[in-house]
Amino acid sequence: MTAYSKPLPRLDPLIRPFWEHAKAGRLTVQRCDDCGDRHFPPSPICPACNSDAQSWMPVSGRGTLESWVAFHRAYWPGYQPDLPYDVCLVRLAEGPLLVSNLLGGTEGAKLGAAVEVVFDDVTDTITLPKWKLTRAT
Amino acid sequence: MDALRHLSDKVAVIGVGNTAYGSFPDTDEYGLAAQAFRSAVAECGIDKNEIDGLLVCRIPYYARMGEVLGIDPRWTMTMPPHGRMSGMGIVEAVLALATGQAKYVALLYANIGRSRRVNYGGDESPSVWDSFGFTSPGAAHAMMFRRHMELYGTTTRQLAEVPVAFRHHGSLTPGAVMKTPFTIDDHENARPIVAPLRLLDYCLINDGAVCMILTTSDRARDARQKPVHISGFGGRDSFKTSAIANFNIGFWNDEVEEAGRQAYEMAGVSHADVDALMCYDNFSPTVLFSLEGLGFCPRGEAGRFVEGGTLRLGGKLPTNTDGGHLSNSYMQGWALNVEAVRQLRGDCGERQVPGAEVIQYVQATPCSRSIIYTRR
Repeated sequence: MTAYSKPLPRLDPLIRPFWEHAKAGRLTVQRCDDCGDRHFPPSPICPACNSDAQSWMPVSGRGTLESWVAFHRAYWPGYQPDLPYDVCLVRLAEGPLLVSNLLGGTEGAKLGAAVEVVFDDVTDTITLPKWKLTRAT
Repeated sequence: MDALRHLSDKVAVIGVGNTAYGSFPDTDEYGLAAQAFRSAVAECGIDKNEIDGLLVCRIPYYARMGEVLGIDPRWTMTMPPHGRMSGMGIVEAVLALATGQAKYVALLYANIGRSRRVNYGGDESPSVWDSFGFTSPGAAHAMMFRRHMELYGTTTRQLAEVPVAFRHHGSLTPGAVMKTPFTIDDHENARPIVAPLRLLDYCLINDGAVCMILTTSDRARDARQKPVHISGFGGRDSFKTSAIANFNIGFWNDEVEEAGRQAYEMAGVSHADVDALMCYDNFSPTVLFSLEGLGFCPRGEAGRFVEGGTLRLGGKLPTNTDGGHLSNSYMQGWALNVEAVRQLRGDCGERQVPGAEVIQYVQATPCSRSIIYTRR
């Protein structure tokens, strides 16, 4: 396996728990212990009520597709072999918006389509939560 | 809401200037801005030493700028190199003048992004989404336009009306960077950058500088140029989802509507009075979002509204008559404000909107603003 050549997340103290949970196969967002607001990316205080008391809480891993695009240009050389690649905007069932990759192609993609998280172990330490369309079974 | 009526027409633009637009690797922001300043000062006929207000945008150091120009202002402000700062800076200058903090304000913008090979994505603008390969303002606008297509059935052929109209205007504008007209089919066949957007939906990156000189309306009566009044302005910011930079799930419709409503009320005009629109066009979808936000058409109908040349000179709503960022010059809103002034003076030659009396500027961005200029 060749070395992973795409950008990796910056593990600053505020967001490090998100990536630790992802490594363990859990998708999480920050939740305010006082008002219950769920948000991502993390914030030093709760954006809704400005409380300090916040925890990382697992979410369902389900959401809806709010939009998607296909990159035909590589802004980092590591993406060149992947062109074009799909990026999606997902509204978690719990509320926050996330940007990630849509795996499995965009056939059948439409606004509001159900999506579910897929964990992609890209290095020994980093797991990226990505998404796929939920197919009717 | 206070419509700020007491500030309507209290400040006027008396001088505008710009450099040539292109690639100028042998100078820098100060050199470019100095040229634009000299040309604006020359046309309004004041002594440069009367200028006691200085606003700089995308210029590294205000004090060096003052040193280069040889001025010691009473009021100085610096704005970051973001595209949304022109509307914000002009409003700040109005307030400085209206409160007597300065008598003449020079607003200077310079961009040397072409010579410096600025990319607007990747490691230049790190974000929490880099590990998914999501980067660049263009991608954010592609994300919004895909949503618009899904919600309203807007097509890329409808979108093409925007850059096609602006290229036509660029072809009529002396000094525009891009002047070769193209068709809707050419747009459809252009290479995708971040689909659904194509190369022709992306603004230019070029070097250049712009200067505007503003003063109070009573002082403006003595200026050499016929004053153009700032009759209305309004704004609303949208920061709560800033992690997805340059993106708004609702296309900034609410924010632009509010900014526009404030500006119309302050100026005492309405849509039907607007002779031309100057619309921030970093990417062509922004124009559709702005038209809906301001209420020139119902939300979701901008695609149909622009069909058939609505935005072209001679159309229902001539927009970006200089070619905008998509064809004239990437001066991040500043050149569009200058074009508003030149149109109201009647200085636009082949691209003149006949009898223009009211021109509106709008920027649909995380800091949405609108400014209404009149020659009353």
